Amino acid sequence: MLTAAIIAILVTMLLALIRIFLGPTEYDRMLAANSFGTKTVLLIALAGYVLQWNSYLDVALLYALLNFVGTIAVMRFFEYRNALEGRDDPESVV
Amino acid sequence: MTAILELVSAICLLLGSVLCVTGGIGLLRMPDFFSRVHASGVTETLAAPLLLAGLALQMDWSLDLVKVAMILILVLATNPTATHAMAKATLHGGQRPLELDRDRSTGGEGASKP
Repeated sequence: MLTAAIIAILVTMLLALIRIFLGPTEYDRMLAANSFGTKTVLLIALAGYVLQWNSYLDVALLYALLNFVGTIAVMRFFEYRNALEGRDDPESVV
Repeated sequence: MTAILELVSAICLLLGSVLCVTGGIGLLRMPDFFSRVHASGVTETLAAPLLLAGLALQMDWSLDLVKVAMILILVLATNPTATHAMAKATLHGGQRPLELDRDRSTGGEGASKP
């Protein structure tokens, strides 16, 4: 059953990767990247248990923290950039 | 006792896998950023704890179990926060939900103001 869960996580990561390459805006890409990171944490936790790696849960914990901080940082960066650049023509912001 | 634990773990893992793939399909197929946020955020918030709980039910009593619980609590706390921050940043960045756009284009210019 753990193998089925790992396969499902890999399929989801593939779908998120397609959305990253396809995404029309940077927000879509960042959302898919955040989803990809969360799935990576789950994959490390499950695959590390199945394959009996050493101290894999520390890596998963660190990756979860890093994923959250990275998402928040990039979103703070993107938050007002489009609004400031497109102030003279608000309809051009897509 | 072990058989019951195995069964509960299998149910948790299966449910988490189904939710995981559902979130991925919603992330790919939804037409709009905000619906994508909804599809991804809602399913992820339930799928990650279910998968980690299914993993924790199979482990022995050790320090690793505490680490799995820490990851579970961390994901459960940070995932809705990140989703909320992303939706807020997108709204401030100038994007509007799809339904609001349709109202604005068809339902008169000044009438869409709340």
